[in-house]
Amino acid sequence: MTPIIEVRDLHFRYEDGTQALDGINFTLHAGETVALLGANGSGKTTFVLQLNGILEGQGSVTVCGLAVNKQNLAAVRSKIGMVFQDSDEQLFMPTVLEDVAFGPLNQGCTPEEAIEKAKAALQQAAMEHALDKAPYHLSAGEKRKVALAGVLAMQPEILVLDEPTTFLDPPAQINLLHLLRGLPQAKLIVTHDIRFAGALAERAAFFEKGKLVADGPLEEIVRRFGWTYSDLAADLRYSAQRRF
Amino acid sequence: MHHVLVDQWSQGSSPLHARDPRAKVLVLLIFLVALATASPNAFPTLIIYAALLASGILIAGLPLGGLLLRSMGILPFSLTFGLITWLAGDRWRALGLVEKSYLSTVAVLLLVGTTPLPRLLGGLEALGTPRLLVLMAQFLYRYLFVISEQAQHMRLAAACRGGASGTRRHAKFRAAAAGAIAVLFARSYYRAEGVHRALMSRAFSGRFALLNPLRFGWMDACFAAGVGALLVLARVQ
Amino acid sequence: MHIPDNFLSTPVWASLDAISIPAVGLMIKRAGRDLPDTRIPLLGVMGAFVFAAQMINFPVGAGTSGHLVGGALLACALGPAPAVLVMTTILVIQAFVFQDGGVLALGANVFNMAVAGVLAGYWPFQLWGAARRNSAIFAGGFLSVLVSGSLALAELLISGVRMPRLLVFTSLGLFAVNAAIEGAITISVVQALDRLNPGFVQKPGRSNSRVLIVLSTAGVLLGIAGFLLASSAPDAIQSLGQTLGMSARTNFQTPMANYSAGNFESAWLRRAIAGLTGLLLICGLCLAGARFVGRRRSA
Repeated sequence: MTPIIEVRDLHFRYEDGTQALDGINFTLHAGETVALLGANGSGKTTFVLQLNGILEGQGSVTVCGLAVNKQNLAAVRSKIGMVFQDSDEQLFMPTVLEDVAFGPLNQGCTPEEAIEKAKAALQQAAMEHALDKAPYHLSAGEKRKVALAGVLAMQPEILVLDEPTTFLDPPAQINLLHLLRGLPQAKLIVTHDIRFAGALAERAAFFEKGKLVADGPLEEIVRRFGWTYSDLAADLRYSAQRRF
Repeated sequence: MHHVLVDQWSQGSSPLHARDPRAKVLVLLIFLVALATASPNAFPTLIIYAALLASGILIAGLPLGGLLLRSMGILPFSLTFGLITWLAGDRWRALGLVEKSYLSTVAVLLLVGTTPLPRLLGGLEALGTPRLLVLMAQFLYRYLFVISEQAQHMRLAAACRGGASGTRRHAKFRAAAAGAIAVLFARSYYRAEGVHRALMSRAFSGRFALLNPLRFGWMDACFAAGVGALLVLARVQ
Repeated sequence: MHIPDNFLSTPVWASLDAISIPAVGLMIKRAGRDLPDTRIPLLGVMGAFVFAAQMINFPVGAGTSGHLVGGALLACALGPAPAVLVMTTILVIQAFVFQDGGVLALGANVFNMAVAGVLAGYWPFQLWGAARRNSAIFAGGFLSVLVSGSLALAELLISGVRMPRLLVFTSLGLFAVNAAIEGAITISVVQALDRLNPGFVQKPGRSNSRVLIVLSTAGVLLGIAGFLLASSAPDAIQSLGQTLGMSARTNFQTPMANYSAGNFESAWLRRAIAGLTGLLLICGLCLAGARFVGRRRSA
């Protein structure tokens, strides 16, 4: 089965000289969900921005069979949708409907078609009641869902979510989790929230200083890199008991 | 912030809210020009205008007292100049200044209280305002509250840390304030970069397309023509 | 400094509306050249920043505090044409949403603060910002507020608004103080910005076009002329207004007693004409000078 994303030997250096990505090889298949883990600054977000051409590095990046280069940008961006960490930056239109319809309009739909697609996407995200609202009237969780709807309206094949649980309280996180579980697209989830990742992904890719140092089952990677503190909590309780 | 109130007012629904923004802007302009060119002691005209405004407020379902109170923001300025003009002996002019500037403020408030800003901007664009300015205003308004809240937080943080005492107190306050503004600048700039990234990620083609074209119906025409005529008649009598 | 409606006489606000439209249109054309739609969110967001920054208080001693106006800062950070547009947008929002400044008076306010103020704020930076950046930025902040305020005052006087000399002098003094505050705040913010990211406020010199130099010089001159005229002869400005027929005419229906129309004595007229001539002379001199400077820089 051909991969839906194929990255080979990707290098990227920022203008100030930092080597942000150093020889990344990665594949994603249709319907797969992968968690991207790693320390802050390890290159996860930089990597993800290469996939839709926001950043351009050296090496080969192919999305849904299309090489990611200047000619294909519009087509690539229709295939891979990104939900960013800051929902306020993503919802930049005056009303929810206009914002969600923004993508379809860019894809060449007529205003009527764009509105239809927007409404359908908002229904998928259970936010159709917020059609005429202004984004700043929404809660963090609602904004996140509207941002997701804005991406879903473009009918992509791959979803990328950058730290989707940021600013969300637990009920909103659970809400988002159920929503994402029900979506058929392949997903890449950049996150520090291991429980959230575990509920959605079985596979994880671990970034360290611009290199992809591990790619395998999520639990194994979490254990290997000590990427959670539940054991630590047990340690703390134990040592607290010993003290008293 | 108190402008949120006007925002709430504009989300209502009334025959006035439903009018095409172009009609409302045109009527406002006729009103303002007629008022500005009226002589200060044309009391019948001023009374008719005040009555028109009051009925507009009631039809729109806006709180009359609240709106009139809100309009009093102009009074410190106009009363000061009015006093000076009165003392200089030009009494009619002084009265006219205060009356007219108050009525103008109420009229503008009535417009924005019945028209959500994005629609108002759309109407201004349809009337010939350059697209670039309209889009800039749209984005400015969108992020105005977000960034203002950040500024409030910074003021608070600066005040919390501003328990500085001693001889260099003012210099420290100034340095903190300058630093706060610089950080606000940087965060706004990076926020704009984030917006840009989000824009491009959704296949922005280079032109912002219109979603809700405005429709100027016969009711809008009647409204504009009718009220406009009323305003002009009241002025020239 | 935002002039409300019904303060300016009809000829004044109408002609300023007529002037501002092509002025802003010119800036749109200049900015539109190297301003793809993708830059629009940046300008909008920076406009929101200026709004918000105006809320932050700067203690200036003696229990008073000032705040940033922002025209010069924007001009140095974004470039003069985008800064003019951002300030224009801010003024439009202030007029409608906050009723700060009149709607008919938008032309006047835009001319004073968004066009003349911004260009005057950029002028020192353009001329000597590469060599001595700090003093250029301070001078820019100072000039932008002084020019806007003086122009507003002059417009009010020409409109026939009664202002006793004491009030005029006090206002001018206040403008000068606020101008110094603006200069100080602008330079301290720029210095703080440098620590965050030296790329925010770069050296000038990318667009040395003569048009801009001429326009900004004219902006500065107008403002200074307004300042000088208002301070030396506020009555002269008022009578100039009457002579030119720009003042509001209150004397067709009202008791004329207190409104002496007898200011057409030749002494006042002579002073007014002398003032105008002087202004034109200075303008011409600096136009020539600016052309000279422009040629040297592009050489």
